[in-house]
Amino acid sequence: MILLEHYLIVASLLFCLGLLGVLFRRNALIVFMSIELMLNAGNLVFVAFSRFFGRMDGQVLAFFIIALAAAEVSVGLAIIVVMFRKRGTIDINEASLMKG
Amino acid sequence: MGDPIFFYLFATIVIGGAIGVVFLSNPLSSALSLIFSLAGLAGLFVLLQAHFLAAIQVLVYAGAVMVLFIFVIMMLNLEDCKKHLKVSFASLIGFVIALNLAIVLVMHVSAPLFDDGVSDKTFGTIEGVGQLMLTRYLIPFEIVSLLLTIAIVGAVILAKKDNPKETT
Amino acid sequence: MDILIFILKIVIPPVLVLNFIPLMIWFERKGSAYIQERRGPNRAHILGIRLGGIIHNFADVIKLITKEDIIPANVNRLYFIGAPLIAIFVGIVTIAVVPLADSVQIGEKLVHIQVADLNVGILYVFAISSLGVYSVLLAGWSSNNKYSLLGGLRAASQMVSYELALGLTVVGLFMLAESASVSEIVRHQGPHVLHWNFVQQPLAFIIFWIAVFAETNRTPFDLPEGESEIVAGYHTEYSSMKFALFFMAEYAHMVVAAALITALFFGGWQVPFLTTLDLKTQAPFYLYVTVLTVSFIALFFGLLLLSQFKKGKYRDARDYEVLVFGIPLFLLALAGGGSAIFTGPWALPEWGRVLFAALVQATSFGIKMTFFAFFFIWIRWTLPRFRYDQVMNFGWKGMLPLALLNIVVTGVVLLWKGNHHG
Repeated sequence: MILLEHYLIVASLLFCLGLLGVLFRRNALIVFMSIELMLNAGNLVFVAFSRFFGRMDGQVLAFFIIALAAAEVSVGLAIIVVMFRKRGTIDINEASLMKG
Repeated sequence: MGDPIFFYLFATIVIGGAIGVVFLSNPLSSALSLIFSLAGLAGLFVLLQAHFLAAIQVLVYAGAVMVLFIFVIMMLNLEDCKKHLKVSFASLIGFVIALNLAIVLVMHVSAPLFDDGVSDKTFGTIEGVGQLMLTRYLIPFEIVSLLLTIAIVGAVILAKKDNPKETT
Repeated sequence: MDILIFILKIVIPPVLVLNFIPLMIWFERKGSAYIQERRGPNRAHILGIRLGGIIHNFADVIKLITKEDIIPANVNRLYFIGAPLIAIFVGIVTIAVVPLADSVQIGEKLVHIQVADLNVGILYVFAISSLGVYSVLLAGWSSNNKYSLLGGLRAASQMVSYELALGLTVVGLFMLAESASVSEIVRHQGPHVLHWNFVQQPLAFIIFWIAVFAETNRTPFDLPEGESEIVAGYHTEYSSMKFALFFMAEYAHMVVAAALITALFFGGWQVPFLTTLDLKTQAPFYLYVTVLTVSFIALFFGLLLLSQFKKGKYRDARDYEVLVFGIPLFLLALAGGGSAIFTGPWALPEWGRVLFAALVQATSFGIKMTFFAFFFIWIRWTLPRFRYDQVMNFGWKGMLPLALLNIVVTGVVLLWKGNHHG
């Protein structure tokens, strides 16, 4: 029997892996992907609770998160492309200087 | 709730894919394992009877967002970043923090049984979610669409070449 | 019984798609030949039987399997091998939600003649087919070849751009059918030809059709493999069976696209002017008419083939090919037509009527689908290729606004109608 807590455990593991990616990796693209992982952990929690309470509000919120992630990725990737053009690298340690 | 086998299968795919994202050195491999992870998540959504959301998950994430990622990876022609996988002090701290959080979260998750009797026939279908989205959540819905428009404009302006001659 | 239905549902759709592939290749060969005033393939034969060139497919298969399978040095083998597998997988799996006939009542169970009647229907199709872009991207990237990479990038941007227009056109259909399930959309169209969606939603139909060409990478949108510019695009480095998988996937995509066009815009399994109930109740009469018609056609072709017989034309077994097919056709026509005329309309049991109705509907679906599949080839050998900037401009500045316009107009019309009738 699969319970709500199983889903929550999967979601929390997913979130922690995403966090680890953000802290651990220095490649801006992979940091971005890790943020996606964290957003999706949130999605999973929303959907699991929506199933648990028998209400679809959680699914609507998860839908908004997906749209939000799409918007975030389109801008973020544009920033990464610009950064690569300007500096020739996408290492986020290199992006710590506020120079044009 | 469906077969537990499916839950464990999809959960393994999700977690395995996520591990791949974090620990694979090649950005393209990371992106592909992220696709696996997201597809597994769509499977979990199906088990949770969120069919519409599962389809949207695959359609938007696997079909559009990740294509964009791979497109950028291919365009920038990135080489392996093995040197970034070296363990440094900062990354050790990252490990500790993430592990700590994982332990705290997993230990404190405790939830009662599923109430298996979802009486609503439209639960998780396009009709049900759409109805809710355009009534109670109409204003957030409109805001999100506005946000998407802003994001498109922003992305175009950011990625435009600086040379004004080329932008015509 | 349940297990039998289960197995049939698993086996039939892939077999259907895979068997359409050689037919499509034959269409391509012969169609292109006749469009260019050539004869096309007519040499390969087994014991003199050529089937108008279909036997060439067997020769192709033997060639492709026995060719050396080259994997270039310095490629990522996993992605290189995985790419064609994704392509063929996506091509076949998409057919799962397309109904081949009306649902059939067997005992107390309602059996859908489709793998899964999903509520999200069309969204499933888009979700799966959007995965197809990865095969092209991975093939292009992992080949380690600049032409492959260019092809892959072209394919990715093209497919993502046209998917938008493709996705937006079907919103109009959702509004009409009040459902996203494919079987519901088919059922809503009804048997009347003027109620089919290509009449109700002409703009959506045209946009969908064009976008499907772009999604399947067929001419005039075959820039990802534009051979005059980038060698062969994303499959430049592929050989042997891996190339064959890409080749098969292209045709599988076309077959599925034709099936979707049929289901969404041309009434799917609907037989023009005949409802399922008509077909069932009048089954003996329609069976009688069908047998007579088929017998007549068989008689015509049998006699045509027999008249082609000329001894010593090739001086080998090929001489007798026309007889091998002509005589059985002629005999079949005589037997079928004769028994139909003399024993008259037969009384059919209940299951016979149901089976007959389902078969006629599946045939109707098959004929429409074959026509649209052929149309892909027709277009390919008629139109030249677009330039890349034209493709992008057309997709973003032409198709997308038109698809949005279609949604608005459909909504306004439905609202106006609703106000006047209810």
